[in-house]
Amino acid sequence: MVEQTNQMMNQDPESLEELESGSASFSALVQQLTLIVGEAGILFDADELLVYECDGYIVDKTAPDIVVFPTTTAQISAIVKRCNQFNVPFLARGAGTSLSGGCLPIGGGVMIVLTKMKNILEINLRDRYAVVEPGMVNLHLTNALKGTGYHYAPDPSSQGACTIGGNIATNSGGPHTLKYGVTTNHLLGLEAVLPDGSIIELGGPTAEVPGYDLHGLYVGNEGTFGICTKAIVRLTRDPESHRTMLAIFQTIGEATRAISEIIAAGIIPSALEMMDQGIIQAVEEAFHFGFPLDAGAVLLIEVDGLEIALDEEVRQILEICNSCNVREIQRADTPEERLLIWKSRKQAFGAIGRLSPSYCTQDGVVPRTRLPEILEFIEETSKRYGLRIVNVFHAGDGNVHPILLFDERDKEQIQKVMEASEAILDKCLELGGSVTGEHGIGVEKINFMSRIFNQIDLATMETVRNIFNPRQICSRDKVLPPHQTDGSSKITQSHPTRHAPH
Amino acid sequence: MPDSSITNSTLAPKEIEQIPGSEIPYEKFLDCIHCGLCTAACPTYLETGNENDSPRGRIYLMRAVVDQRIELSDAVKGHLDLCLDCRSCETACPSGVQYGRLIEPFRVDVHKLESSQGKSTQNDWFHRWILYRLFPYPKRIRWALLPARIMQFLKIDKLLEICRLQYLLPQKLRRMHNLLPRLRPAEPSSPEILPALGTQRARVALFTGCVSEGMYSHVNRATARVLQANGCEVIVPRTQTCCGAIHYHSGADREALEFALQNLAAFELEQIDAIIVNVAGCGAMLKDYGHIVDEIKGVPTEQVEQLKQLATKFRDVSEFLFDLGPVPPEGEIPIRATYHDACHLVHAQKIQNQPRKLLELIPGLTLVPLNESTICCGAAGSYNLTQPEMADQLGKRKLENILATGAEVVISGNVGCTLQIDSQLRQARKPLYVAHPMEILDLSYRNQKLQM
Repeated sequence: MVEQTNQMMNQDPESLEELESGSASFSALVQQLTLIVGEAGILFDADELLVYECDGYIVDKTAPDIVVFPTTTAQISAIVKRCNQFNVPFLARGAGTSLSGGCLPIGGGVMIVLTKMKNILEINLRDRYAVVEPGMVNLHLTNALKGTGYHYAPDPSSQGACTIGGNIATNSGGPHTLKYGVTTNHLLGLEAVLPDGSIIELGGPTAEVPGYDLHGLYVGNEGTFGICTKAIVRLTRDPESHRTMLAIFQTIGEATRAISEIIAAGIIPSALEMMDQGIIQAVEEAFHFGFPLDAGAVLLIEVDGLEIALDEEVRQILEICNSCNVREIQRADTPEERLLIWKSRKQAFGAIGRLSPSYCTQDGVVPRTRLPEILEFIEETSKRYGLRIVNVFHAGDGNVHPILLFDERDKEQIQKVMEASEAILDKCLELGGSVTGEHGIGVEKINFMSRIFNQIDLATMETVRNIFNPRQICSRDKVLPPHQTDGSSKITQSHPTRHAPH
Repeated sequence: MPDSSITNSTLAPKEIEQIPGSEIPYEKFLDCIHCGLCTAACPTYLETGNENDSPRGRIYLMRAVVDQRIELSDAVKGHLDLCLDCRSCETACPSGVQYGRLIEPFRVDVHKLESSQGKSTQNDWFHRWILYRLFPYPKRIRWALLPARIMQFLKIDKLLEICRLQYLLPQKLRRMHNLLPRLRPAEPSSPEILPALGTQRARVALFTGCVSEGMYSHVNRATARVLQANGCEVIVPRTQTCCGAIHYHSGADREALEFALQNLAAFELEQIDAIIVNVAGCGAMLKDYGHIVDEIKGVPTEQVEQLKQLATKFRDVSEFLFDLGPVPPEGEIPIRATYHDACHLVHAQKIQNQPRKLLELIPGLTLVPLNESTICCGAAGSYNLTQPEMADQLGKRKLENILATGAEVVISGNVGCTLQIDSQLRQARKPLYVAHPMEILDLSYRNQKLQM
């Protein structure tokens, strides 16, 4: 890696220009970009750039110099070529719901916002695919498919706002990931503008495309391989039926044992979510659903598929829960009851706002069988730092989301939150897990990369990135740690405020 | 007050009165965790794609003004003015941010600041004569509409349109002319007490409103009849007045308070179970009296308490009937209808299923779902007149969704939406009928057919 970096020295992001508002090159670039997108498609007044200084991750902030709203692939290609000509960094942004700073414009430059490219270009039900523009909101695709018997399966909790382009960049999952897989399992092909402005097409709607699986490689690049401008996505048949239930346990240990045994029995629930005592109390305080306040943990279990098979699956799940000393099981038999149960899960974070002025959600993964250990560790950490930590998470994947409660105006607490978060993520690694299940590396977790991967792993990843983006002109300093320690000195680090729910 | 570490001020410090929003409790800004889940629920963001036109962006802008990171420039004010105050973002927000309690007092402050600098919009002819002196008074509206009724009767309005003479009017009056529906004859005023039919189950007062009584008195009569049919004795106090929303939302909070106090005097709270409202916009304002009175300075404690108590009495008519348990209507109304969610019902009052459940009780009526039913139609009170371009874009968006349903009747529980949707349909020359849920229910209770 060392040798390679030396060769790349002249291609380091440091060689990119920093635009200065009002300078000749700034005015010239604004003029050129205006020619491409028109006056209504560009922002460069500092007041209007402010809202683009961060996304769902608000610890680090830095505003772009120019924001453009292209409407076609050709416009994006032209914008990217101008950025290359002026040697100015650029990056794409969709809805800006990243929880790891994926849309942070390090070094300023041009932000290419894709919210005007949100059309469905084709829906082909017989071949089960749809072609959409990257700014399409995830849920809007599923809404457009209502009544056809199909849907788009990846359903991140932010699906009502986040875009398909962003989902591809971060390989998004969601509560139904356990059974249906993540974005990469549902992307058949794509069109992208590479960091030099050229346009490529990868994959396609047919089952097999010869050559390397480059669209597979492209998914999860967090914006560092260019800008996806069109996506061909798989459509999934709606399940014939569901069964949804809440299992209430006395202890976390019993609940996690039930999770492992359900999976071991060969049942793949479409969702398997867990809430601990802290969150149960918060939800109850806010919404009065009637949860027992002394319960240790609640599991939300959903199975779907052919109607004829479901009752047998439910019988097995009940048997397993009973063998794990379940206290009570509530069944949701009508669509209204199902909605109510899901509401309790999805609104859990809204309830936290009532307990504490600020909170920070972490995103760690452990092998499913190690869940009791990590939860125990989180409990200890909570005591050690004197911070309240509650848990609500995708139990089926071993993806934990400890939520650390604090007040952002208290400096001492902020420090404790940072230390406690790091301790928890370290423990996840120690247990053989990872520091992010679904929020991505972005800028937030970039320092963990060298702890997860060795030098050779990182060098290989860098080599791959350099094929697409050798100068890091596109989405610089994301995913892979920069070589310069002061590479991100332009970012304002303010405070680790609450992160949005998942 | 903001923590100095969060404030990133580059501007000279100012007097508190010169900073709009500085008296809004700062915690209300902190409730927003910047997750962005509100963005796709915002009609203006859906149209422009610009985050400055999204709820998260607007909160960021307001907070930046309060923190003195930026000035309230024309660009910033433009993005805030473009907000419909539809509160769709509050429904989408998982953290319970009270967006309305941010944008509304912020706007009041901006208006005050501007009038102290002598550039208030409240001083123009439109606000002074039309919004403030005509709209709140049903009798004046009725008189003002008399020439329009005569013109419509004699079809002179059509002649004017053919000659394109309406283009001689100032833009705002022209838009009002375009909004004007085919007017029905004004109903005779309602008796003050209407008895319950059958066993009496409740005693309620009816809030009749200003524009709705002036232009849609038949909806008020239908609402009273539906309530009677459900065993309610209905009291219609003559001394009641406009809810004050038009004044409050354009920054005239003192005048709004006067209206609230007159309503306080008009309704005898001890003697009634609820005050029934059939206009979503008024309902949202009336239910908010308790919050608004906290934001207006210098109101005596006794009045604050009384207004808070008054606020708890208001119920939307669908909400009330659903909770009461409706008497099933029997008259068949064989129509294909769709229901548009008025923002001030679904978002501000969280009333979504109740009107649908009531309509589904009507024999023969097929209720088809409307795509984007919870996205604003662009009416938003006087927004239609003050932000014509966005209002038209959203109106067209709503029209397309309505036409895609193949319905013959569009049902909505807000007079502003009715005007806007009706106007869009007329301009597109589509013969759909726009109705209030109570109109259709009333016909079914009385076993009559719908005349479209």
